[in-house]
Amino acid sequence: MNESLWDLLLRSFLPIVGGAVTGTIPLALLSFALGLVIALGIALMRLSRISVVSGIARVYISIIRGTPLLVQLFVIFYGLPSIGILVDPWPSAIIAFSLNVGGYAAEVIRAAILSVPKGQWEAGYTIGMSRGQTLVRVILPQAARVSVPPLSNTFISLVKDTSLASLILVTELFRQAQEIAAFSQEFMALYIEAAVVYWVICLVLSSAQSVLEKRLDRYVAH
Amino acid sequence: MSPTDPLAPAPLDAPIEAPLLVARGIRKSFGDVEVLQSIDLTVPRGNVVALIGPSGSGKTTVLRSLNGLEVPEAGTVEFAGGDVVDFAQRPTKRQLASLRDRSAMVFQQFNLFPHRTVLENVIEGPVQVQKRPKAEATADARALLERVGLGAKADAYPFELSGGQQQRVGIVRALALKPQLLLFDEPTSALDPELVGDVLDVIRELATEGWTMVLVTHELTFASHVADTIVFMDGGVVVESGPPSEVLQNPREPRTKQFLHRLLDR
Repeated sequence: MNESLWDLLLRSFLPIVGGAVTGTIPLALLSFALGLVIALGIALMRLSRISVVSGIARVYISIIRGTPLLVQLFVIFYGLPSIGILVDPWPSAIIAFSLNVGGYAAEVIRAAILSVPKGQWEAGYTIGMSRGQTLVRVILPQAARVSVPPLSNTFISLVKDTSLASLILVTELFRQAQEIAAFSQEFMALYIEAAVVYWVICLVLSSAQSVLEKRLDRYVAH
Repeated sequence: MSPTDPLAPAPLDAPIEAPLLVARGIRKSFGDVEVLQSIDLTVPRGNVVALIGPSGSGKTTVLRSLNGLEVPEAGTVEFAGGDVVDFAQRPTKRQLASLRDRSAMVFQQFNLFPHRTVLENVIEGPVQVQKRPKAEATADARALLERVGLGAKADAYPFELSGGQQQRVGIVRALALKPQLLLFDEPTSALDPELVGDVLDVIRELATEGWTMVLVTHELTFASHVADTIVFMDGGVVVESGPPSEVLQNPREPRTKQFLHRLLDR
């Protein structure tokens, strides 16, 4: 490897990691947190006995899963202005990503809630709890354990999907790499560098997942 | 029985002569199958009523109708001093709450909360639902656990306990609510045979302490010792009911005789 390329990789490292710290990571965390709130709401609607309510949730999930994330992002950032709604890059990205997580994670949460035995609901009712109380204090803690692996997948996918935000002018990891690559014309080196940084972030997330699973396993027979 | 005995039932708030619970005309179908055809059940205060009968006779459904876990199509359930819940209309939240405030249930599969310790399982209802001070609920819970021989297990998680221990926690969780009526749904059916005795001992003790209970069971010998009334059900109807000396020792109905024979011939 020639010296100037090595030098370029070193000099680009800080801006790229900076893009991760100020762009990719907060974008992913915020969108995931909001997305989980949406997902819980959609999952509960989906489980509702009122068919209109569960129907709305079903349609929502179908649209989110049936259309590309990039298209959803473009509809919000480039589409809405043509009907008079201007949304800045960051809010656009957060709206698109959290709506997207909301659709995918809703099915995970719904399945996790359904995986808790019916007897747990009944035990809650017979000690006098309401549906809401039983959900919060009995069902969701148990559903959380079941949903950690699939939700970790969703989160790791999201971290990588935030690179799409570079296309709506959000300065994050990949956009930093793109700009330096365009300037230096060293595309291969810069994009591989960006890929490595994504990979390291995802490795950290995977080990965080194992720690969380162990913690939630403390009350389960082994 | 001392006044501070943690196993003692709560004092009653209505005249002592009236039965604690009266259910009338309970009907229930699952799809086309009519599992209960107009069941009547009276539970006097301090009495133990045992529901017996073959599988599928509807005894568990009767029990679950008494606290609204199963919603019958018709019939009424009335606690002394409480509302008459008429299942002809869909029961309101308030009506279901009034049934569940007065009763507590012990399940065949224990249904302990696996993510909470034994102590947390027991105080969950008193603290979260009845809003009793946590310190007081904890002290009561520890005393109850001590009484059933599980004082040392307060901080264990359910998976660390045997089935018999889990079921005793299930009973303590029910008692901690200080209900007027205890409902037992085949409390020993999921237990290994050598663990059944410990659980039956606790239930027997509750019976002598004066608790009012409805018990679905296959343990006929046990039922004949603790029950004041045996209700024999088959095919969704009450075939015969009365004291154990009649229903178990001198049954009138051929179906009762047949059922008892089959069990005793094993």
